[in-house]
Amino acid sequence: MSTDAAKPVAYRDALNQALREELARDPDVFLLGEDIAGFDGAFKVTRGLLEEFGPERVVDTPITEAGFTGLAIGAAMTGLRPVVEIMTVNFAILAMDQIVNNAAKIHYMFGGQVSVPIVIRMPGGGGHQLSSQHSQTLDSWFAHVPGLKVVCPSTPEDAKGLLKTAIRDDDPVIFIENEGLYGKKGPVGGPDDLIPFGQAVVRRAGTHCTVIAHSRMVWVALQAAEELAAQGIEVEVIDPRTFRPLDLDTLAGSVRRTGHAVIVDEGWPEYGISAGLATHLYEACFDWIDAPIGRVNCADVPMPYAKNLEQAALPQPADVVAAVLANIGRGVS
Amino acid sequence: MTGPSAAEPQDMRDMFRSMLLIRRFEEKASEEYMAGRIGGFLHLAIGEEAAVVGTVSAMRADDPLTSTYREHGQALARGTDPRVVMAELLGRSTGLCGGRGGSMHLMDRSRSFYGGYGIVGGSVPLGLGLAYAIRYRGGDQVSVTMFGDGATNQGVVAECFNMAGLWDLPIVFLILNNQYGMGTSLEHASAEEDLYPRAEAYGIPAWKVDGMDVMAVRGAVAEATRMAREERSPVCVELLAYRYRGHSMSDPDTVRDAEEKERWRLRDPLITFERVLLGEAVMTADDISAMTAEVEEQVEDAATFAEQSPEVPVGELADGVYANPFNDDARGGALMR
Ligand SMILES: Cc1ncc(C[n+]2csc(CCOP(=O)(O)OP(=O)(O)O)c2C)c(N)n1
Ligand SMILES: [Mg+2]
Repeated sequence: MSTDAAKPVAYRDALNQALREELARDPDVFLLGEDIAGFDGAFKVTRGLLEEFGPERVVDTPITEAGFTGLAIGAAMTGLRPVVEIMTVNFAILAMDQIVNNAAKIHYMFGGQVSVPIVIRMPGGGGHQLSSQHSQTLDSWFAHVPGLKVVCPSTPEDAKGLLKTAIRDDDPVIFIENEGLYGKKGPVGGPDDLIPFGQAVVRRAGTHCTVIAHSRMVWVALQAAEELAAQGIEVEVIDPRTFRPLDLDTLAGSVRRTGHAVIVDEGWPEYGISAGLATHLYEACFDWIDAPIGRVNCADVPMPYAKNLEQAALPQPADVVAAVLANIGRGVS
Repeated sequence: MTGPSAAEPQDMRDMFRSMLLIRRFEEKASEEYMAGRIGGFLHLAIGEEAAVVGTVSAMRADDPLTSTYREHGQALARGTDPRVVMAELLGRSTGLCGGRGGSMHLMDRSRSFYGGYGIVGGSVPLGLGLAYAIRYRGGDQVSVTMFGDGATNQGVVAECFNMAGLWDLPIVFLILNNQYGMGTSLEHASAEEDLYPRAEAYGIPAWKVDGMDVMAVRGAVAEATRMAREERSPVCVELLAYRYRGHSMSDPDTVRDAEEKERWRLRDPLITFERVLLGEAVMTADDISAMTAEVEEQVEDAATFAEQSPEVPVGELADGVYANPFNDDARGGALMR
């Protein structure tokens, strides 16, 4: 390993490295999105790529999500590998028809004649006082749909390694970043370090309770784990990393060992990621668990603007601590 | 009853006051943002005051208005108390929308201001729906919907042009063309530099005016609303303007070149209108200083009011999700985690 590889890299720069390396490796890869070229991207993920690869491969689009997402899907049907940046997941709602009715269906519906090797990258999540229309966590919308692969990296290393895998994958991959993670630093892999889909990772080992969290919530869960450790409670924090495919074996294996599970999900509680994971775990671990599975979610409201309300709506480490204590029967619940 | 058209001296003074209020209010808002009291995105319309005030001054008070997230000016021009606007920007309980919406989502239904929306293009069909409701009820109001040059590239805007033309809905589509959508210039995003012909393609009368000249905007919007009111026809007006700040407070504004910014600075709508007012003896220099002082005091008062207002009680987080609330959850309804 070079000394460079050991240097901590910000999540946004890890993504940038993956894009740069894949653009250099494969001439079929090109980038498309609003303000990604001249403006370096709303979150500066594509910085410098226009200069390096030119306007044919790093393309600024008009504000027309349905149109350019569909265009990328069409181009992908010929074997090109477009990586679309949608400025935030909230605007992917405008492209939902193209993603769900086209990208997710084409390989199956046409008997496997063409695949759609597209990646759609976008950040989700709240916490920046952007109010209801700009703070949503919609991971479950995509994870609901057969035909899509859904990836939610929580670290720079995963951001890079999973994005490279996504670009080389032959199916449509929904790659959900998080606005609160772009500045997060950590080690990253080299040009050949791909991280396979469908492998959960244990972020912290423990015996008393399994805490499942993804994306920014991994860090909330880890903070809670620190606080619980101070009380002598060791939780095992597991990051599924991808929801399609899902590494249920690792999640269920941990829950069977600890007998307790709490799921932390920035999405809403109703019919979402936490609900889906809980169902899987009930089915896989019913005879092993000692308490109903705990869930910590965003409050079931459109996100408010006011800072105090927003903080109250979002899952906080204290909420995770309380949920774990309640789950293992030590809290005041 | 038709809308206002010819401007009396008093109208001109009111328009100037309104423009001054928007300018000073937004300058103050940027200070509040820098001080950390305003969070999230803060999009300023500094430079676009003529477009906003010219439009609102040509509308009847009961003509519904819709806007984008760059809408402090629309609320103020419609007469909403700057105190409650600033309180909303600070997310306080006294805010116009109870601290739920913030800068991007102001609404004052009592003044037929039907809101600022954060999804580019998303508010245009709402404006169309307001026009539909007017026709449905047999009213004589006109819906005015303001959106940016960038928004015209959203498919939904074309859908709205078509429905408005098809059903002769009383709506004025106002394209506030400030020549940029975030860091992307108009020429980089639009196949044609003129945007109003897109409406013409659907049989909608459309034209372009100088959006830095408040009297020109007022005249154009007065004519547009007259046509929509009397001839029951949709109209589209493109206002060519410029914003002096970055897209939002977090945009360092490095994309636009300095020479271009300077050229548009010379056309500052407040300065040019002040010249008109002095030249036509509508106001004296003393009148203008007195008015400026009054507006500044009003803005200070608004900021003080907002800063001293209480936060929204956290217990109210789940209030207002539904007009007819229900509680189907034994663990506490909407607050369930
Ligand atoms: C559907 C959607 N896509 C992207 C964005 C991000 N965004 C916010 S404002 C903006 C530029 C809009 O430009 P324009 O319509 O010209 O309005 P202006 O900001 O210039 O007033 C963009 C891309 C958004 N809010 N909604
Ligand atoms: Mg614009």
